[in-house]
Amino acid sequence: MVTDKLTVTHQLSEELSKISGKAGFMPAAEIGKALQYLEENGIPNNKHEDYKYCNTEAIIRKEFKTLNGKEIKVSKNLKQDYYVNGTYNIYVVNGKLDTKNSEFPARATLTEIENAPADELKKHLSAYAKSTHDAFTALNSAYADRGLFLKITAGVVLDKTIVIHHIINSEDTFFYNIRNLFVVEKNAQVKITETFYPATGKNFCNNLTEIFTGEHAQVNHCRIQNAGNSFYGVDTVQVAQNRYSNYVHSVFTFSGALVRNNLTVSLNDEFSECHLYGLILGKNQQNIDNHTLVDHQKPNCQSNELYKGIATDNCMLTFNGQIFVEKDAQKTNAYQSSKNILLSDDATVNAKPELEIYANDVKCSHGTSTGKVDENALFYLKARGIGEDKAKKLLLHAFAHEVIDKIADVDTAMYVEMLFEHSLN
Amino acid sequence: MLSVKNLHAEINGKKILNGINLEVKAGEIHAIMGPNGSGKSTLSAVLAGRADYDVTEGKVSFNGKDLLELSPEDRAREGLFLAFQYPVEIPGVSNINFLRTALNEIRAYKGLPNIEAKDFLALVKEKQALVELDGKLANRSVNEGFSGGEKKRNEIFQMAMLNPMLAILDETDSGLDIDALRIVATGVNKLKRKDNATIVITHYQRLLDYIVPDFVHILYQGKIVKSGGKELALELEENGYDEIKKKYDIAHV
Repeated sequence: MVTDKLTVTHQLSEELSKISGKAGFMPAAEIGKALQYLEENGIPNNKHEDYKYCNTEAIIRKEFKTLNGKEIKVSKNLKQDYYVNGTYNIYVVNGKLDTKNSEFPARATLTEIENAPADELKKHLSAYAKSTHDAFTALNSAYADRGLFLKITAGVVLDKTIVIHHIINSEDTFFYNIRNLFVVEKNAQVKITETFYPATGKNFCNNLTEIFTGEHAQVNHCRIQNAGNSFYGVDTVQVAQNRYSNYVHSVFTFSGALVRNNLTVSLNDEFSECHLYGLILGKNQQNIDNHTLVDHQKPNCQSNELYKGIATDNCMLTFNGQIFVEKDAQKTNAYQSSKNILLSDDATVNAKPELEIYANDVKCSHGTSTGKVDENALFYLKARGIGEDKAKKLLLHAFAHEVIDKIADVDTAMYVEMLFEHSLN
Repeated sequence: MLSVKNLHAEINGKKILNGINLEVKAGEIHAIMGPNGSGKSTLSAVLAGRADYDVTEGKVSFNGKDLLELSPEDRAREGLFLAFQYPVEIPGVSNINFLRTALNEIRAYKGLPNIEAKDFLALVKEKQALVELDGKLANRSVNEGFSGGEKKRNEIFQMAMLNPMLAILDETDSGLDIDALRIVATGVNKLKRKDNATIVITHYQRLLDYIVPDFVHILYQGKIVKSGGKELALELEENGYDEIKKKYDIAHV
């Protein structure tokens, strides 16, 4: 069956070679490693433990056999259509930076990844996202031809949030490999909001972001995924944290035929901490799969994770949360919680915490629950005259708010609130 | 206002109410007393419309409407209010937002427009004072982290805000110290009018020192076994439920 298994991988490689070719900014050795990994492992199907509920091979075979489409640039009306007051509005169309419309912060470097300083690429690129661990990372390292480079220099505290507006606009069927690198140096602070708007065309987007946080750096990273139901995405975020740094990640998913998030945070040095939050509202046939991994490598680090899902229609939500506490990582505090509400008999929730603890002086806890809307609370609201529908919505809002409240940026929080409200209806 | 005729109800096949008859008119206060397990809370739950209970026999009319045909929300909109024995904590829903929604839903049912923000806030202020409820509590999540006394006062606060025709107070005195009991009772008394009515469900006579009933009914094994004036409660306080139990049990052996 080996040849069968690779048919899809070979086909995809061939198609990608036609539309993008190999990644120009990636060292040849890395591309070599990536291609070798792909050749040995192929695009994962549901027999692969990590992709059990997310058969990417089948999806690519069925939906992305031939990439007969093309990307269509949009540059008009970007500011009218997508704009957040009081922020740095950055426009990324089909993974490419729109330099004309974007408002660049004076105290940060923001460029196309191919124009990033060679020493930064040398230092950070593929240093955290290993092409030998995951097929989509390998695919990205081999074929990415676009993406962003962002650097906040040591000591800079950015005054306003950087809002990255992602617009995907294609004709027919297209496949993007986008590679981003965010470097937040020592003592720097930044808030980044990435919004993915409903895409045109049928797109597969393999988006990978490596993030380095220097000593005492603080990064608040919010991602809003609302790319619509002809969008298929594997979104990998790989974070490497230095000592005393703080990384906050909140992801909000409102649409997508397939949304697979691979979020990995390595707490590489002492006293670093990360907070990972997720709110997922799944509808119709959507398959939304969140895989997180927090790797506690050194002592005295802290991680905190809260993912909440609301599943309606016949969607499938998956949460797989891994926590590794390495032998060295004494005095670790690691918490994880995943809560889900099923609103339909046909929806599915898969929740799996995976803790591997090799140190002996740690505090770790995890909890997961999946159920219906609290009947007691529902009755209480109804007994006060509130109709069933409205009462349910009030309770779902309350459920979601625990996550929405974690957003540091007020405008982002309001936008997410609005999308949530809209998606519930 | 409320007419309960031969009401039978069960939960999971277990019979709890075995033929309740009760008439409540506007302006009246009725007390329903009874030992644990006599069906007091079941009666309030059935009247409020909790789905866990099955009504197997009987009729309930409320202001001429068939109460049992109405959804819980429509019963509330028609003017029925249940003060819960165990008020539910709802994290993330603010008390104020909850009350505004409830009030507007009731108004919409009556064909009235939403209440003006200014009027709503004035109403909140006025009714909070009635139950001496801290303004901070109104902005917190519904009942979350409230003490037992605060939860019960919050129930009466909601009752004051929604201004029902018929209020059923289910063991509102349970878990209250004497000061909280006084505050709750004072609130209830101030809300009493000629055109509304109250049913006080309680195990102890204590609350009835503050809220003086016109009628007292004793519930035992799912039936009202004795009715009388307020002196019946005092009798019960003196003799306990044993006499009633003995009498009723013997009569049915």
